[in-house]
Amino acid sequence: MMAAQSNLKNMVLCLTAVCFVCAAVLAATYAVTQEPIARTAQHTLQQSLAEVLPQDTEIDVQEQTLLLDGTSYSYYACTQDGRVQGWAIRSVTAGFGGPLTLLVGVRADGTVHAAKVLSHSETPGLGAKCKEDRTFTGQFKSFDPRTRKLAVRKDGGDIDAITASTITSRAYTLAVANAVKVAAALQDGTREEDPQNE
Amino acid sequence: MEYFLIIVSAIFVNNIVLAQFLGICPFLGVSNRLSTAVGMSGAVCFVITLATVVTFLINHYLLVPLNLTFLQTISFILVIAALVQMVEIVLKKAAPALYQALGIFLPLITTNCAVLGVAITVVSKEFAFGGAASHLMNLGEATVYALATSLGYALAMILFAGIREHLAQSDVPKPFKGLPIALITVGIMAMAFLGFSGIV
Amino acid sequence: MSKWSLITKGFIKENPTFVLVLGMCPTLAVTTSAMNGLEMGLATMFVLLLSNIVISLISPIVPDKVHIPGYIVVIATFVTVLQLLMQAFVPAVYEELGLFIPLIVVNCIVLGRAEAFAGSHGAGESALDGIGIGLGFTVSLTLIGIVREALGSGAVFGWKFISGDGILAFIMAPGAFLVLGYLMVLFNKLAKK
Repeated sequence: MMAAQSNLKNMVLCLTAVCFVCAAVLAATYAVTQEPIARTAQHTLQQSLAEVLPQDTEIDVQEQTLLLDGTSYSYYACTQDGRVQGWAIRSVTAGFGGPLTLLVGVRADGTVHAAKVLSHSETPGLGAKCKEDRTFTGQFKSFDPRTRKLAVRKDGGDIDAITASTITSRAYTLAVANAVKVAAALQDGTREEDPQNE
Repeated sequence: MEYFLIIVSAIFVNNIVLAQFLGICPFLGVSNRLSTAVGMSGAVCFVITLATVVTFLINHYLLVPLNLTFLQTISFILVIAALVQMVEIVLKKAAPALYQALGIFLPLITTNCAVLGVAITVVSKEFAFGGAASHLMNLGEATVYALATSLGYALAMILFAGIREHLAQSDVPKPFKGLPIALITVGIMAMAFLGFSGIV
Repeated sequence: MSKWSLITKGFIKENPTFVLVLGMCPTLAVTTSAMNGLEMGLATMFVLLLSNIVISLISPIVPDKVHIPGYIVVIATFVTVLQLLMQAFVPAVYEELGLFIPLIVVNCIVLGRAEAFAGSHGAGESALDGIGIGLGFTVSLTLIGIVREALGSGAVFGWKFISGDGILAFIMAPGAFLVLGYLMVLFNKLAKK
């Protein structure tokens, strides 16, 4: 065994060597895993987008952002024959246990196509149902905010809340409503930019 | 208003010990006596706030611009370890009275996962309070969040130590002695804290 | 100590959860289901095994006064390797366990084994020690997960045996403390015999 006295030179040398080797190991791992990580993320994104946007459209996976009422929203557009058919908008609100992040697909005519929970920290068994409870999430499919009100029944709207989870349901509905607003702003934008659209 | 919501949420609703399960080891380890619990809480508040500010700056001005975020875990833990050492040295020289009070707890804090936990949380998690806005925290919010979280730690720790001093004198069935009864007590405390959820 | 007992000691004699009472944070936080407990246990075992081997190899050349920082750097490296691998190949699991993967760095079990065992034993023995303690940790976490999932959602490993919800409190924070407390009581009773 080598003598390892605790003098300053040994300590500095040794720690430097350890850090150097570790950094090298990490850099190598990072280089190897970077591509699979990016691919997995891309794949997950594509899957989520396909779930909330109309079928048979071309989805642009390039993230775009829009500033509305002081909040920055990221969104993805989908097109058919060069015409915008809808947007998938990332919308975050405060749920019961923390932020509730949705990806909301809104068609170009302003109706909701579908919504999907990206992340949440709601109570398991109660608010967490907003992720898979079809009777709740199904209400948003093809919801037209012009003919019906996008709010839970308690607030005078047309959405039935999840039993015992009004706050989560409210947050979910608000996230969808915000996304609809973003889509409306985008719609105005596309009209201005692209007058021959009509 | 937003700061107020952050503070209430971090102290009561998402209490770091009772809802997020961070820093359990020292929470169980040094809560036998009220006086040590107070000392440890003070030291933790100090280190969490300081460490969060420093790691936030490092992440924001060094790791993110250089695209080195994969070094986050390793650099944060080194910063925390170094910081604890430095705080110890500075306190010893500058404020011997404070050092006397906090001294023995400082070395223990490096391995308190609450410190690293808060440091990672503020740079990686999006926050949304009240309205619709959600974003990564800025420095001011991160500092307030860290301070409030550590106050929540202190609250849980001091309450628990108070209960535990009484527990020590009560007649507990043998297999329950020590940690088991302590854990069950924390469980009941956590249940009480559940009552706060949903207020923010 | 025989090689076999190095592996089996983690289950009862030096069980990291019920006897050594180390690594409580992940033990309580991620055991909302049996699967989560199992995954967390295996993730910790990965780090424990590799860091034990490397630390036993480098400990003779690390000066005494700086061995803790040195060990922490080694452990943090393996944790980051684990983070990157999980992100690349099992992103769903990585999302589920979240913050508690990077927090393996400060899991007292890992540094504790480095200090108490790997620093003074050979690589082979340290590897076995890592496996043994890691397995003990995995078994304990899975056990707590099974109990909480069974009571809280009426299911084990995702297989439901009652329809509807269980007692929700058990998958929320209080249930974690209660289940661990009562399991410890049970362990004390059985182990004393």
